[in-house]
Amino acid sequence: MRHPGRWVAVAVLAVLAAMFVHVLVTNDNFQWSFMVDHMFRPPVIEGLLRGTVTMTICAMLLGVSLGIVVAIMRLSSNPILRVVAWLYTWVFRAVPRLVLLAVFGNLGILWSRIEFGVPFDTQIGQLFGIDNLQLRVFGFSSRDVLTGFVAGLLGLALSEAAYMAEIVRAGIQSVDEGQTEAASALGMSRAQILRRIVLPQAMRVIIPPTGNETIAMLKDTSLLLAVPYSVELFFQLDAVGKRTFQIFPMYVAAVLWYLFLTSILLIGQYFLERHFAKGYGRTERARLRLRSITAEAGGGGGTGGDT
Amino acid sequence: MTGQPQAPQADAPEAESGLMVRAEQVHKSFGSLEVLKGVDLEVRSGEVCCLLGPSGSGKSTFLRCINHLEKINAGRIWVDGELIGYRQRGDKLYEMREKEVAAQRRAIGMVFQRFNLFPHKTALDNVTEAPLLVRREKRSEARDRAVALLERVGLGDKLHNYPSQLSGGQQQRVAIARALAMRPKLMLFDEPTSALDPELVGEVLDVMKDLARDGMTMIVVTHEIGFAREVGDSLVFMDDGVVVEQGNPREVIANPQQDRTRSFLAKVL
Ligand SMILES: Nc1ncnc2c1ncn2[C@@H]1O[C@H](COP(=O)(O)OP(=O)(O)O)[C@@H](O)[C@H]1O
Ligand SMILES: [Mg+2]
Repeated sequence: MRHPGRWVAVAVLAVLAAMFVHVLVTNDNFQWSFMVDHMFRPPVIEGLLRGTVTMTICAMLLGVSLGIVVAIMRLSSNPILRVVAWLYTWVFRAVPRLVLLAVFGNLGILWSRIEFGVPFDTQIGQLFGIDNLQLRVFGFSSRDVLTGFVAGLLGLALSEAAYMAEIVRAGIQSVDEGQTEAASALGMSRAQILRRIVLPQAMRVIIPPTGNETIAMLKDTSLLLAVPYSVELFFQLDAVGKRTFQIFPMYVAAVLWYLFLTSILLIGQYFLERHFAKGYGRTERARLRLRSITAEAGGGGGTGGDT
Repeated sequence: MTGQPQAPQADAPEAESGLMVRAEQVHKSFGSLEVLKGVDLEVRSGEVCCLLGPSGSGKSTFLRCINHLEKINAGRIWVDGELIGYRQRGDKLYEMREKEVAAQRRAIGMVFQRFNLFPHKTALDNVTEAPLLVRREKRSEARDRAVALLERVGLGDKLHNYPSQLSGGQQQRVAIARALAMRPKLMLFDEPTSALDPELVGEVLDVMKDLARDGMTMIVVTHEIGFAREVGDSLVFMDDGVVVEQGNPREVIANPQQDRTRSFLAKVL
C-alpha cells in the first residue's frame, strides 16, 4: 500500500459514518414520520415562501441597489458624499443584525403616524405667529406601514447594503483605469461609463461574494423572530415543535429545509459566475468548446462530463 | 485644480489656415512635478504629425491634454478652431461642464498603447458601443458601419470574437476601428505598436498608413522611425516637457540640428 495514512483515515471516517447512520435509523427521538408529516404543513410552507424566500429576494434586491449607490458615493469626488457613505457603512456593519431587527421592529414607538409634507411646519408656523400650522399632505398609521415584514425588510436590506457597498467598491476598483479612459475618449459620460463599461466588468468580482451574501441572507431570515415577524420558516417550525413537544424533529426539519434552499442558491451562483466570466479567457473558451461539442453531437446524445 | 489657464494673449484662431490642432504654451504639472513646460504645436488638416521623444518626456501627457483627459494648468489648445475644455467669455476662461467636454471628445479618436478594448464585449460590440450610446445611431446603421470598418482593418472574420481571443495586433486594429466609428476629424495614437510582438507591428502600421492616405489628420507618438519617415508630414521631437526640434521628418532624421535630438535618434535608429 502506497498511502497507509490515507487508508486509515478512510476506515475511521467509514466507521463514524456508519455510527451516524445507525443513530439516525435506530434512535426513536428523531421521529422521522412525524417530522415529514409536519414539515410540509401549509403554515410552514407559507412561512418558507414569504418570510424566507420572498424576504431574501426583496432584501437582496434592495440591499444590492442601495449598496451600489453607497459604493458610488464612497468613490465620488465630493467629500460630503464620501463621509456620509463611510458613516453609513460604519453604523450598519457595527450593529448585529439581530439587534437591528429588534430596533426596526419597535420603531413604531417613536412615531405613531408617518406623514409627508413640509418638515418643521409647526415650528415655522410659530415663527410667523400662526399657532399649530399643519402642512401635511398625507400620512398613515405607522402600524400599517411598518408591518413586521417591512420592518424586517428594512433591517436586513439596510444592513446588507453596507456589506454590498464594500463589495461593489472593490469590484469597481478592480476594473482597469484604461477602460474608463478609453470610454471617455469616445465621448461617453460618466454615468454611461459606469453603467455600460465599469459595472459589467466589476460584476465578475462582485458576483461571487454576492452569492455568498445571498446565502447568508437566506439564513439570516431566521433572525426575523427578533422583529418579531412570524410568517417565516424557522419561526413556524419552532412553533410546531413547541406546540407538539417534538422540538428536536422540527429542528432537524429546519436543518433539512435550509440545506435544500442553500443548495439551490449554490447552483444558481455557479451559473451566474460562469455568465459574467464572459470574454475572460479560460472559462469563455471552455464554454465555446462545450457549445461546439453540443453542436457536433447534434443535440441528440448526452454530452459526457469532461472532455 | 492647481490654477486657471492664463488669460489669452493672442486672439483665438478661426478655423482659417486649415489648422486642425493648435497648442499654445501648454503647461501641465502633477503636484510639484512639471511635466509640460510650455508646449507649442500646430498640425494642419490632413497632416500626419509624428511625436518622438525619450520616455518620460511628456508625450502621452500632451496627447491626453488634447482631448482633455488631463486638465492643463496654463496655455490653450484648439482643435478645428474650438477651444478644448474651456469656454471664453470676455478675457476669462471658464471650465466646461462634463457634458460639453464629452461632446468635444467625440470628434477626437484615441488609440492607446495597451489597446483598452472592452473585454466583456465582442469586437463588433466594441465598435458599435459608442455610436449607439453617444451618437444615438440606429442599431442597423451602426452595425453595418462597424462591419465595414472591421473589414477595412482586415478583421471581417473576427466580428464575434472577444478581445481575449484576438492577438495584440488584431486587438489594436479593433481599437482603431472603434475610434473611427465615431467619425473623428482627428486621431491621436499613443505608441500604438509598443506593446506588440515585432511580427505584429506591420499589420497595425499598414492600417495607419491606409488612414493617412485617406487624409485623416493624425498625431502619432511612436518610436517607429521608418513610419515617421515614410508617412509623417511633420516630426516633432520632445524632451523634458518642451518641443526641442520640429520639421520635415526626412530632414530632421537625416540631419538633426539639436544635440538632444541627435543622441535620441542615435539610440533608436
Ligand atoms: N497621472 C500622473 N500622475 C503623476 N505623474 C504622472 C502622471 N502621468 C504621468 N506622470 C509623469 O509625467 C511624466 C511624463 O509622463 P508621460 O507623459 O507618460 O511621458 P511619455 O509618454 O513621454 O513617456 C513622467 O515622469 C510620469 O511619471
Ligand atoms: Mg507614453
